[in-house]
Amino acid sequence: MKAGDLTELAVRNLREALLRNSLTTLGIAVGVASFVAWLSLGVGLQQLADRRLVRSGLFDTVFVTSKANMHGFGRREASDNTSSASSAAGRTGDSRFRRLDEDARHEIEQLPSVIEVYPQVRFPTELRYNGTPYMTIVAGVPDSARGNGSFDGMQGSFFSSPSADEAILQMEFAKELSDQPSSLIGKELVLSYAEHQPLAAQPGGSDPKGGSAGGDTSAGISIVPKQKILHIVGVVDTEAAAGPGGIGSGRVLIPQKLGESLRAAQNNDLQDILRAPGTKPGYSNLTVRAQSPGQVGPIEDAIKKMGFAAFSLLDATKNLRLFFAVFDLLLGIFGSLALVVAMLGIVNTLVMAILERRREIGILKALGAADRDVKQLFFLEAGVMGLLGGALGVGIGWLIGRAVTVGTNFYLQRQSLPATNVFAVPWWLVLVAVFLSVIVSLVAGLYPASRAAKLNPVEALRYE
Amino acid sequence: MPTNGAALRADRVTRQYQMGSALIRAVNDVSLEVSAAEFVGLLGSSGSGKSTLLNLMAGLDRPTSGAIFAQGRNLSEMNALELARYRSLTVGMVFQAFNLLPRMTLEENVELPLRLAEVERGERAGRVREALERVHLEKRLTHRPSELSGGEQQRAALARALVNRPTILLADEPTGNLDSATGLEIMNLLQEINRSLGMTIVLVTHERPLAEKFAHRIVELADGKLASSGIKSTSGVKV
Repeated sequence: MKAGDLTELAVRNLREALLRNSLTTLGIAVGVASFVAWLSLGVGLQQLADRRLVRSGLFDTVFVTSKANMHGFGRREASDNTSSASSAAGRTGDSRFRRLDEDARHEIEQLPSVIEVYPQVRFPTELRYNGTPYMTIVAGVPDSARGNGSFDGMQGSFFSSPSADEAILQMEFAKELSDQPSSLIGKELVLSYAEHQPLAAQPGGSDPKGGSAGGDTSAGISIVPKQKILHIVGVVDTEAAAGPGGIGSGRVLIPQKLGESLRAAQNNDLQDILRAPGTKPGYSNLTVRAQSPGQVGPIEDAIKKMGFAAFSLLDATKNLRLFFAVFDLLLGIFGSLALVVAMLGIVNTLVMAILERRREIGILKALGAADRDVKQLFFLEAGVMGLLGGALGVGIGWLIGRAVTVGTNFYLQRQSLPATNVFAVPWWLVLVAVFLSVIVSLVAGLYPASRAAKLNPVEALRYE
Repeated sequence: MPTNGAALRADRVTRQYQMGSALIRAVNDVSLEVSAAEFVGLLGSSGSGKSTLLNLMAGLDRPTSGAIFAQGRNLSEMNALELARYRSLTVGMVFQAFNLLPRMTLEENVELPLRLAEVERGERAGRVREALERVHLEKRLTHRPSELSGGEQQRAALARALVNRPTILLADEPTGNLDSATGLEIMNLLQEINRSLGMTIVLVTHERPLAEKFAHRIVELADGKLASSGIKSTSGVKV
């Protein structure tokens, strides 16, 4: 029989026992809904974790240091690793290790998928507000942080430009300055810091890039006290970005370029004093931001080939994904249990249908239906129930997800926590759920269809 | 070997069933030949094996031993799919209980064999109308079987048996559930079909007068065995 005729007959048969077939289809729908609800919870939690992690800036970041920094701690570096970089400019006195200097920074910036490279600007200092001194830690914030969600929900605004004389305060520090942190926006802070300057005069004057790196200098630096007036433009409520070298470790955030231009004395300046005469000043470390976490691996490898030590949290991401894969699998298995029960419902319904339609099967065979036609008819009926149940189940699953999200957000709001979406029903889950529903239904239809096809037509025609 | 011109031939056919410890021979070593365009009445009392023999001729059942030839082809050598095709295209069947599908309209019931034979959709409506016109039911297309009288239902079943234009019509007690006047009406239709279409008809009945009036030849079965195979008449009048 042709597919169109088979489908027509199957749908007609399903309509005949409407109540029973509807209940069976509803059983499948509940099974699929359970599957969808559990998996969408897993997917939602994974997306939530991913969003938080991406916002933290940890997983699209590579931290770079010179291997010379580690050598002092007793690490052995294979000389062949660094030999390829031997021609690069800038070296320590020990020729085995390449220095992390301005040339190296520029070279890393040229790597594919690198969006920015910056040194850590973080120094303890004194701030004055309304004449009152406060000891705090100032940290530089790269301009890329503007769009990565770290400052979502902040009061005020992000820096007007990458080198503006502006500051964003962390809420806890802002509360120390005023009972009403939002009232600080637009006010001024006086930043006192120690600027380091090279001892010997240089042909190029001061380093335009700022920071602790610069042109060729002789050994030694001088420290000069300086002040800078900063305008408060915002107050950020949460940890903007924590972690190694992260901006969350500062309580007063300033634009990265401004921070570099201040040339504030930092810990690695002591290392600079001890460097070989005639070599360029370097950075103690550089932070490299990739376009996405997926590009961190190749960038890390490329930096290591340049002769630097590079570190990222890529492995941690992998483990996290592995965890969620296992978590989703378990949720899927748990959710599928209801689908197994629904499968038994289909078998029951179709076996009942065979008993009821025994004579009809006999008539069909007498009129020329092959065993294959009868089998396909029952198979199709199971498939149609699976398809309808799958579609309905996805809808119910989505509604369950919405209901749980509304309930969760109601609870979170009562706990003064921000609302979040813990459920997600991506397209692939919709397709997988409907596909699984049809497959499970077809498997359930195997036995009844085969039994119907094998009915003896003479006996079936005698059946009353 | 099949005889030339024979529409159906049973060659020493036996069909036996195991019922508990007893072995029942429903058809026992029967040999019979039905010529093309012949109208044969198969008579016998209840349990004589006539319906079993008809089912074997229809390809609904297979003999335990012996062979059935239909238009020269041995049904025993056909696989299940070939037998289904034989039932679809070569034979049409009419039953005592009409066996129309109650949830379908008359039109859909008659169309069913065309669906099974994979006849193109565009051709079906004409074939259905033609079959229903032959049994004078063309105005009852949209009625369901429950809305028809017994005679009309049997005529609809006859239309369904004819719609695939088979060469052999097998009728199993087609008047068994009808009053005598309606039964006569059905028999007239069968005779008209036999004459106008040259269709071979095997009629199973226990009503001797009907068989004697309409069949060319009467074959009698008793206890599964052939009791008499009658005399063939070319005039269409029973001898």
